Amino acid sequence: MKYRVSDEGYYGNFGGAYIPEMLHPNVEELRERYLDIISTPSFQKSFHDLLKDFVGRPTPLFLAKRLSAQYGASIYLKREDLCHTGAHKVNNTIGQILVARALGKNKIIAETGAGQHGVATATVCALMGMDCIVYMGKHDMERQKPNVERMRILGAKVVPALSGSMTLKDATNEAMRHWINNPTDTHYIIGSVVGPHPYPDMVARFQSVISQEIKAQLTTEIGNPYPDYVIACVGGGSNAAGAFYHFIEEEQVTLIGAEAAGKGVDSGESAATTVLGKPGVLHGSKTLLMQTEDGQVIEPYSISAGLDYPGIGPMHAHLFETERAQFLSITDEEAMQAGIALSRLEGIIPAIETAHALAALDKISFDKDDVVVINLSGRGDKDLDTYIKWGKY
Amino acid sequence: MKNRLISLFEKKSHKILSIFYTAGFPGKHDTIRIAKILEEAGADIIEIGIPFSDPVADGPTIQASNKVALDAGMTLPLLLEQVKEIRKQVKLPIVLMGYLNPVMQYGVERFIKDAKAAGADGLILPDLPVNEFQKFYQKSMEEVGLCMSFLISPTTSEERIRMIDSLSSGFVYAVSASSTTGTKGSFNPDQIAYFERLAALQMKNPHLIGFGIHDHSTFTQACQYAPGAIIGSAFIAMLEKSADLEKDIHTFVTSLKKEK
Repeated sequence: MKYRVSDEGYYGNFGGAYIPEMLHPNVEELRERYLDIISTPSFQKSFHDLLKDFVGRPTPLFLAKRLSAQYGASIYLKREDLCHTGAHKVNNTIGQILVARALGKNKIIAETGAGQHGVATATVCALMGMDCIVYMGKHDMERQKPNVERMRILGAKVVPALSGSMTLKDATNEAMRHWINNPTDTHYIIGSVVGPHPYPDMVARFQSVISQEIKAQLTTEIGNPYPDYVIACVGGGSNAAGAFYHFIEEEQVTLIGAEAAGKGVDSGESAATTVLGKPGVLHGSKTLLMQTEDGQVIEPYSISAGLDYPGIGPMHAHLFETERAQFLSITDEEAMQAGIALSRLEGIIPAIETAHALAALDKISFDKDDVVVINLSGRGDKDLDTYIKWGKY
Repeated sequence: MKNRLISLFEKKSHKILSIFYTAGFPGKHDTIRIAKILEEAGADIIEIGIPFSDPVADGPTIQASNKVALDAGMTLPLLLEQVKEIRKQVKLPIVLMGYLNPVMQYGVERFIKDAKAAGADGLILPDLPVNEFQKFYQKSMEEVGLCMSFLISPTTSEERIRMIDSLSSGFVYAVSASSTTGTKGSFNPDQIAYFERLAALQMKNPHLIGFGIHDHSTFTQACQYAPGAIIGSAFIAMLEKSADLEKDIHTFVTSLKKEK
């Protein structure tokens, strides 16, 4: 199990829990208890019942015939876009709210960038009758107004993060500050495979339902659980973590992460962390991080608000360093074109995050009997404004 | 030469005043001047913050000072140059405090050596895990003679306080509340009970109470239960408004230390 998290919370050289002492009791309590909590039969039953009846799982594995014909391989789409709330994010928030309940916490905080994780958190808080505060960069609140209102309709309080560049990393800072100031009754639902141990592992476990289903569905479909390729987009990396999870130790499966190159990796406006990042510490873990020589975090850019995070989860940093996974840089333009292409070929408008994974198809040469799974992490409804502004369709 | 923090705690065990400010704030080169004025005004320890883009344990005042300093071009190498200059003129113990990432990019081992060579006496790196310190850096810090202060908070268990005390040197940084920096108001009964509990623990190191100390009353109250206290946000808020640093720093320090 060379790619799994160690007992100390590390993936190779990355991970750990780099937190100020004020956060130690909360993070330590979670570390001590999360595995016991999630392995109890009652937790597993609640989790899987909700995934089935509330989220709508299992999500289909769809053979995209026209896309397959275009690339000369069998391309399957794992339809996470069909999850309730429109993306894979809800798999994690269902899991974490059940953990919060088991820990006896009755208040929930979360950070959000594009608003997808915020909506998924507000949704499960409404479902469970828990108080919900979502921190969101002021700049993102202006860019993602419908999601702000969705959260409010669901009863969450959306608090603007006014520090720094007022985007996702600042919202994460504010959520951490809130947790420092409210240490006893509050659980922090982190939305990606980032943060101090045990968050990256816990979030990956909740998202691993994606690859678990892919294996079962491929077995039915082609008589073999293992595809040749699994492709997913990576911002913080939660959907990729879920899509890779049960294939990581199976080295015959090529894992590909699509990162946002923004306007190009050398343009100064990019979020391609594996190309531009160096090992560093942010938000509680050691990972690859976009930063200046002096260790100041650089604000990333991508047309997709869900991918503009300056780091990647420590698990992905390890997969990159060990070359177990390949990471490709996809520009805004390539992603937008791939999003339109999928819409026209298969009748599915993908989220712009997801469109980055689709654009990776152009950068790989497939054999004709290759089986490829793309994690279709989210639907494009929330991105209509961006599609319209881009306009080339 | 003996570590100045150790010497200070040997000589003084009451009403020790440690002042925290952000390097490069309000002006890039004010770091040096502020240290000199603090010594003249009667502070006991100077804590200089290494600016960072994402200071998660800090409230709005210190966050804003970090941003001003970084926007002005403040860097860790420049801070070490400034500490050298300060050390030519100032005898007080100097503690450098900062988030791990800028230090990690500089190189932790290299930083330990250079900070000591520049004239620093202690370090505080709030997000450096204690076990990582023990495994990788404790030995080199002891070799060069730099003190390391770890934080404890009201939610830290006694067992963990003992462990943190045993790994710290110079002093232990006792955070007064479960909060980020810059809280206002007076201490509540829970905080007083925590201060009493700490005093009764008879730690190996002296402890200084920080976070929420902002005026004469809170400073005096903290000093009833601990050898001293740390003021940061209130001092930085004063610097931000000051038109005459010399005069205002003197007034600030004098008002804290006055006996009623």
